Amino acid sequence: MVSDPTALLIDFGSTYTKLRAIDIGGRRVLGTGQGPSTVTTDITIGMKAALGDLERHLGRLPRFKYRLASSSAAGGLRMVTVGLVRELTAEAARRAALGAGARLVGTFAYRLTNADVERIVSLAPDILLLAGGTDGGNSEVILHNAAALGRSALHCPVVLAGNRNASDAAAAFLAGREVIRCDNVMPEFNVLDIEPARAAIRRVFIDRIVHAKGIDRAQAEFDQVLMPTPAAVMEGARLVADGCAGIAGLGPLLVVDPGGATTDVHSVADGEPSVAGVIPQGLPEPRIKRTVEGDLGMRHNAATIVDSTGLDAIAAGAGLTPARVSELLNAIARDVERLPATADEIALDQALVCAAVRQAVLRHCGTISTVYTAVGPATVQHGKDLSQAGTVIGTGGALVHSRDPRAVLQMALASADEPLSLRPRRPRLLLDREYLLYACGLLGSVEPQAALELALAHLEPIRHPAGHSDNETHHERTSTA
Amino acid sequence: MKVLVTGVIGSDTHIVGNRILSMALEKAGYKVIALGALTPAEDFIKAAVETNADAIMVSSLYGQGELDCRGFRDLCIEAGLDDILLYVGGNLVVGKTPWPVVEKRFLDMGFDRAAPPGTRIETVIEWLDRDFGAMGSDAIESQADPG
Repeated sequence: MVSDPTALLIDFGSTYTKLRAIDIGGRRVLGTGQGPSTVTTDITIGMKAALGDLERHLGRLPRFKYRLASSSAAGGLRMVTVGLVRELTAEAARRAALGAGARLVGTFAYRLTNADVERIVSLAPDILLLAGGTDGGNSEVILHNAAALGRSALHCPVVLAGNRNASDAAAAFLAGREVIRCDNVMPEFNVLDIEPARAAIRRVFIDRIVHAKGIDRAQAEFDQVLMPTPAAVMEGARLVADGCAGIAGLGPLLVVDPGGATTDVHSVADGEPSVAGVIPQGLPEPRIKRTVEGDLGMRHNAATIVDSTGLDAIAAGAGLTPARVSELLNAIARDVERLPATADEIALDQALVCAAVRQAVLRHCGTISTVYTAVGPATVQHGKDLSQAGTVIGTGGALVHSRDPRAVLQMALASADEPLSLRPRRPRLLLDREYLLYACGLLGSVEPQAALELALAHLEPIRHPAGHSDNETHHERTSTA
Repeated sequence: MKVLVTGVIGSDTHIVGNRILSMALEKAGYKVIALGALTPAEDFIKAAVETNADAIMVSSLYGQGELDCRGFRDLCIEAGLDDILLYVGGNLVVGKTPWPVVEKRFLDMGFDRAAPPGTRIETVIEWLDRDFGAMGSDAIESQADPG
């Protein structure tokens, strides 16, 4: 019997293995399944459990045309980056790693000291990205660092993306390790070229890391692990923004993903100044940019969210006393797997996710400032101008399970209290309720049209709370509450 | 190829002269890293470190150059650029201070050359040729550089 082609999209997450079964022609979700991520023992156990769960929903598993996976299991793709000047090649290397979906566990600049090298070895990254110097520029520091790493006990693959004139000698210092040479992340001063490094990291991930982490033990159940999960979310965001042959996308957009350990923000937009006469400064920004806030995790570092926002502000937002908030924070710290159950816990989580999204988006978006010159004031922009981004998409459990996801996503918008921040002014707000962005990112690699239409059909416009139809009445309600 | 970093220092937006200078230097066979207007002193240094520059050429047109350039040589030394060639030029001070006084002030700050208003581009190129020539061994080394 001939049936419609279907796809199975797998996310080997840090805690759960999640499945989405897609009817490709019908652009619809057939069913979902979930099991534990049993990567420390045998990943096939959790995968079988997830498939069993899916089968219960579907009645019978179809013969999937594609079975594609992403992974953030076993600690994600742990990376260390090394560059020369902190704001230049070290920053370019950082952006390349984040753009590849890595979890950055260390970033280093200038000459590595013995202590730095020891620290890198103890961090035990899956991949190290070594940059430094523009092409034809400084080669002394990258050679020093390559030699220092070459003498060390570090054995992970090294992606070499620095001064090309130094790459032969640097590779020689690293003999005995897998060295992947690619184009410089900063070939010319202030010119960013992170795509080759990103592609190299992704290739090492597919060829080596998937095996090293034991994910390929479940190989019978899937065709390929294509990328780290954050990269799949990013691919989904890119597809939704840019569209594909024959189907228009939504244009410039922002994705916010508050998670248990970090809050991620992705933007797909050129970020050029939207106002004439504004002078951009600093390193050029990647059009597709991901930032990861390691201090803004809903569970693993709820306390630092409170630190950066203020206990009183969080307590006021949650409608709890500061003492009660502290008590609940302690409970979260004791058990980071804990999901909110009581009314107080739900209220605190809402306040936490609002604060995390607000901080993370403030850090992701650029700012303007005024400098006073001899001929009058001039406006300077650092970072991306996302004020014109037309869409903000929320994804991740903390948002999906929020009772008022609209209030959370409104934290991503331009506001009068931070007038110099270039956050989106009047975007539409969409919710990835069915956790499909990663799945669309994966499916987009083989069936872009189907993936895009699936995303567009399932990203859900967030309505105002019942009885309120626009911003003003919403404000009125909160101010009289 | 010798690498030169150019830019207009501080809160100074006068970019036209600096751009013409940068184009002329490029035409004269130098690799120019043009940072443009409104460039903080630290950014000259960072660019020079990353590109392994041979000289930094600072422009200042709005009269506050002395304030902006204070400690520039020290910043270079701090960043490991001990031997880098430093030029400064433009309307370096406000008022009618005689040029030799102004020049001495900037040379004392650690600049190798200071150029008064009206300095011709040909003069600057001559200075560069002479100063790089004086650093003999360095010039031979850079000719062997495939970049």
